[in-house]
Amino acid sequence: MAFGPHLLLAVLEGLVTAAVLSLTALGLSLVFGVMRIVNVAHGEFFMLGAVLAWAVANALGGHPALGFVAALVIAPLIVGAVAWLAERLVLSRLNYNPESTIVATIGLLYIIQQLALTFYGPEARPVAPPFNVRLSLPWFGYSAYKLSIIATAALLLIATWLVLTRTKIGLTMRATQYDSETAQAFGIPVGRVYAGVFALGAMLAALAAVLIVPISQAHYLMGQDPLLLSFIVVIIGGLGSLRGTVVAAVLIGVSDGVVSMFFSPTLAKMIATLAVALVLVFRPQGLFGTAAR
Amino acid sequence: MSGDDRSAKVYALHLAVLAVLFALNFVLPAYYHGLMARIMVLAVFAMGYNVLFGYAGLLSLGHAMFFAAGMYGTGLTIVHFGFSVPLAFVSGIACGAVLAFVIGLLALRTSGVAFMIVTMMFAQVFALSLIYFAGWTGGDQGLVIPQPARILNLGAAFDLTDPTVRYMAALALFAAALFATLALVRSRHGRVLVAIRENEERTKMLGYDTFANKLAAVTASGTISAAAGAAFALLFGYVGANFAGVQYSILPLLWVLLGGAATTLGPLLGTLVMYVVTDTASSFTSAWLLIVGVVLILLVLFFPKGILGTLRARWLGWLP
Repeated sequence: MAFGPHLLLAVLEGLVTAAVLSLTALGLSLVFGVMRIVNVAHGEFFMLGAVLAWAVANALGGHPALGFVAALVIAPLIVGAVAWLAERLVLSRLNYNPESTIVATIGLLYIIQQLALTFYGPEARPVAPPFNVRLSLPWFGYSAYKLSIIATAALLLIATWLVLTRTKIGLTMRATQYDSETAQAFGIPVGRVYAGVFALGAMLAALAAVLIVPISQAHYLMGQDPLLLSFIVVIIGGLGSLRGTVVAAVLIGVSDGVVSMFFSPTLAKMIATLAVALVLVFRPQGLFGTAAR
Repeated sequence: MSGDDRSAKVYALHLAVLAVLFALNFVLPAYYHGLMARIMVLAVFAMGYNVLFGYAGLLSLGHAMFFAAGMYGTGLTIVHFGFSVPLAFVSGIACGAVLAFVIGLLALRTSGVAFMIVTMMFAQVFALSLIYFAGWTGGDQGLVIPQPARILNLGAAFDLTDPTVRYMAALALFAAALFATLALVRSRHGRVLVAIRENEERTKMLGYDTFANKLAAVTASGTISAAAGAAFALLFGYVGANFAGVQYSILPLLWVLLGGAATTLGPLLGTLVMYVVTDTASSFTSAWLLIVGVVLILLVLFFPKGILGTLRARWLGWLP
C-alpha cells in the first residue's frame, strides 16, 4: 500500500479513537468542571460498560443488532447507577476534598477491577457488531461499523451540548459549576446535581465503551488506557471546556493513530504522556482553555 | 514534660522498635522471616513517600518511578557493566536522586490536583520507557540478578541471598532510613515543611523559600524511595517493570495512610498491617485488590489520620 492510502487508513483509525475518546474525556471533564474533583475510577466505569455490554448481548442472544442496542441502553444505566451510589455513599461524605476523593476513587478503581475479574474473568471477549458491512474504498475495504461509531459519537456529543446549553438541567449544572454556594442559596439541590453529574460522567464513559467493544474486546484491565488518554485530552483541551475536549480528542486520537501506525504504540503513548505532563507544567490552563478561576 | 525528656522517650521508642525487629530474626519461621525482610525494605519506600506526603503535604501518584529508578539503577549496572554490590547500590540511589530532583523542578511548578496528575504521568512515561527499551531492561519479563553478583565483599564476603544476611541488611537499611527521617523531621527544614503543609502562603510571607524547601523534600523523598528500590533489587535479585506501574505508586500511599501520615513509625506499621491483612485474606480469597480498595475507602472515610496519627491525637502527643 502506498503512503497516501496508508496515511488515510491511519487517520480513519485515529478518528474512531478520537470519537470514543471525546465521549470518555467529556465525562471526566464534566465531573471535574462541575465538582472540581478528579475521578481516577473513570476508566473503570468505561471497562464496566464494556463488560456489561458483553453480559447483556450474551444474555439476550438473537440477532447481534438486538443485543447491541439493548447493551447501548442497559449498560450505561447500570454504570450510572453504580456511580450515583458511589457518589452518595462515599464522595459526598468527603466534602469533595481533592486529596481524599482521589484516594477514594483509587479505592473504587481497585474494587470495580477486582469484582470484574472475579465475576467476569480474565478472558477478553468480543461483542458481535450490530451490522457487518465493508465499504470498498479504492485502496482498501473499511468497516462501516467503525464509521458509524464516529457518527454516533458526534450525535451524542451534540446531544450533551444541547442538554448543557439549552435545558433547565444544563442551566442548573452550569450554575452549580459557576458558584455552588450561591446556587445552593437559590434553592438548587447541589448534592443531587453532583450525584447526577457524577453518574452522567460515568454513563458517557460506559456509552463510549459499548460503542468500541465490537471492534476491540471487553477485558477487565481495559480501563487503564482510556483513563490516561482522557486525562491527556482533558488537560490539553482545558479542564471543564466541552469544545476544547473535542478538539483535543481529535488531535490526540488522530496523532495517536498516525504515530502508532508508522512507529510503535508504546512510543506514541510515551510521547503523548510526556508532552501533556509538560503542558500541565508550563501551561496549566490547557492549550485551548482559559485560566481557572 | 521537658524537651529532653521527650527526646529520650522518642529515641527509646525507636531503639525498642529496632530491637524487636532484630530479635524477630531469631524467632520467626522461614516464611515470615523472608516476608519481614521484604516488609522492612518496602517500609523504607513508604518512609520516603511519607517525607513528601506526610510532612510536606504533597500527594504524589508517581513514586513508583523513584523506587524503580533505584531498582534499575542497581540492576542494570550489575547486569550490563558488572558493578560490585556497593557501587551498584550507590548508583541506584544516585539515579533516584537525580530523577527526583529533575521531576521536582518540573512538577513543583504545579500544585494540588495538577501535581498529582503530573507525577502520575511522569511515572507512566518512565514505566513505558522501561518497556520500550526492552533490549536493555528486559521489558515486561524483567531481569534476574544472578546469585554470584549479589555477594557483598567487605573484607569478609556476605552473600545477600542468605536469609539471615538478607534480613540484617534490610534491618540496617531500615534503621538508617528511620533515623534519617527522624533527624529530618526534627530539623529546621522538617518544621518548615510542616509549615508549608499547613499554610504555604503564610510560610512564604514569613520569608521562607517554599519552592527550595519543597524541592529538597521531593529529592529526599525520591532518594529514600530509590534506596528501597536498590536494596530490593540486591536482596531479592529481581528487577521488573511491574514495580514501576501505577500500583506501586498507590501502595506506599496506602501504607502511609494506614500507619499514619507524618509519623516516623507509621510507614512500617502500615506496611506490616497491610501485609498481615492480605496474607491472612489470601488463604480464603485471591481478591486482594478488593481489600486494598475497601481499606483505602474506609481509611479516607472514617480514619483519615491512620493508626499512629489517631494514637498521637488521642493519647501520645509526643510521638514524632
